[in-house]
Amino acid sequence: MTGAGWVFMLCSTGSVISLMVFCFYRVLSKPAAANHMHAPLEIDTHDAGT
Amino acid sequence: MTKPKEQWGTRLGIILAVAGSAVGLGNFLRFPGLASQNGGGAFMIPYFCALIFLGIPVCWAEWTMGKYGGQFGFNSCPAIFGVLGRHKFWRYIGVLGLLIPIVVYMYYVLIESWCLMYAWHYLTGHLSLGEDPTKYVEKSKALFQGYTGSDQDGLMVEGGVHVSVIFWIITFAVNFYYIYRGLSKGIEKFCSWAMPMMGVLAIIVLVRVLTLGTPNPEFPDRSVLNGLGFMWNPKSTADGGAWYMALADPKIWIASAGQIFFTLSVGFGVIINYASYLKRKDDVVLSGLTASATNEFFEVCLGGLITVPAGFVFLGIAGTVGGTFGLGFNTLPVVFEYMPGGRIFGCMWFFMLFLAAITSSLSMLQPAIAFLEEALGIGRRASCAMLGIVTALGSLFVIYFSKDLVALNTMDFWVGTVLIFVLAMFQVILYAWVFGAKRGYQFAQIGAELTLPPVFNFVIKYVSPTYLIGVFILWSWNNLPGYIEQLKEGGVRLLTVGVIAATLVFLLFLIAIAGPRWQAEGKDKSRGRELLGNAGGGR
Repeated sequence: MTGAGWVFMLCSTGSVISLMVFCFYRVLSKPAAANHMHAPLEIDTHDAGT
Repeated sequence: MTKPKEQWGTRLGIILAVAGSAVGLGNFLRFPGLASQNGGGAFMIPYFCALIFLGIPVCWAEWTMGKYGGQFGFNSCPAIFGVLGRHKFWRYIGVLGLLIPIVVYMYYVLIESWCLMYAWHYLTGHLSLGEDPTKYVEKSKALFQGYTGSDQDGLMVEGGVHVSVIFWIITFAVNFYYIYRGLSKGIEKFCSWAMPMMGVLAIIVLVRVLTLGTPNPEFPDRSVLNGLGFMWNPKSTADGGAWYMALADPKIWIASAGQIFFTLSVGFGVIINYASYLKRKDDVVLSGLTASATNEFFEVCLGGLITVPAGFVFLGIAGTVGGTFGLGFNTLPVVFEYMPGGRIFGCMWFFMLFLAAITSSLSMLQPAIAFLEEALGIGRRASCAMLGIVTALGSLFVIYFSKDLVALNTMDFWVGTVLIFVLAMFQVILYAWVFGAKRGYQFAQIGAELTLPPVFNFVIKYVSPTYLIGVFILWSWNNLPGYIEQLKEGGVRLLTVGVIAATLVFLLFLIAIAGPRWQAEGKDKSRGRELLGNAGGGR
């Protein structure tokens, strides 16, 4: 493994991990209620009328 | 009475579902082979350029288009394209957003069942390559040919039910079970545990690979470090030039753009469908970026560190080539045969691939289910049954014509590659030039938790289409003539194109029925200004 190989590997994986951590931090740091999208508790399969 | 609209349960749920759709076999099998053969570490420069200027902008455009169409009560690509383009021409172009996932599902579910079968056979100890290491490679290939019936057409259905067909039935049934349960209780619930589990399994295998050291003292150069080097060292050009000279080769740019494109599931019709279940004030910018970043984590940080180093450590350079199937189903079983504890790690690896595949295949069914429901006014049970019949027939066609996997490869080329490019080009034109980049930007910003960079408008209007069209032309120049020549020979390839064409005609017919129905319901009428609030329109 050459020095350039280390640079490419660490920069690539490091930047991807940093971006992912930043994104999930922003998503999960919202209050739980704001992350809830109010799905119906029971899924209506729309078959009642068919 | 108006039917209650399906919705995502949580925000994390839709992010994991979109990421699950994007993370597939290509992340672990296609990307590492492609990178190591196209410049090694240097491949990452055009790769990240494609991610920034093509992948993420098109993703954001798809999320925005989906959310916009969803405000009119639409969830299918044809209906949403009709609303965005305000002309029935666009409704018919939207057929690609149905055809692609349906046809890809027909063969993808088969590959998915192979992963499950390999995992099961590792678990039960039925997958052994014998005692003689010199015969491992040969036996692994023979095993794959036996499982897939690639020696001769019709092998899978001759003389009783083949074991692969049993796993195909199980996989098919699991997919339809979850899709029938609906968006929140089916897809979202499944992805909520499958995605973290996939991550844990991949990390366990990664730790195993990185701690292998130099397993065979007879080959001291086959170490993990050298395996990582083979993947990540920037390679000099064929004539011995510096590594950065390799960037002058258009091939490396085409390969990286193609990989970004396929890995993020853009041009598939899936993101548009998933985003259509969002509400007006739901965020699309941060959610889209998070789903893309999750996919990149699986590809670069896990796929990039596991597959090629593992193959190199046990088999040298020969263990790093062979394409998706070669690497996944021929080489890796040999690697696990050599690896201490290989049976357990083989089971984990193939089960992880199965999870990666099923989270993608579920996303391929939902756009068609949504379309059938809103086009024909039928319920979920009826739409699942209808789609089940169509996809099962297509899948059985691929199973029957198994010789050299010609039917599978033909579908993958014409639909899973060519049409994806075509749909993405139409999408970018529709978003940036017909609907309006400025208008799209304003709508994307509603509820956004991350400010969309102002340069996004310029990128999506000029850079992405140029990049996309340029790559498509160069790629077509290199690949299309050969495939067209093969089609002229007739046989299974032509028959497969006939199956694709028949599916296309069937879907166009349904759109023709649905159009007047949507117009009569008046759902696609002028709500654009209301949706944008006071922000106004314009391009």
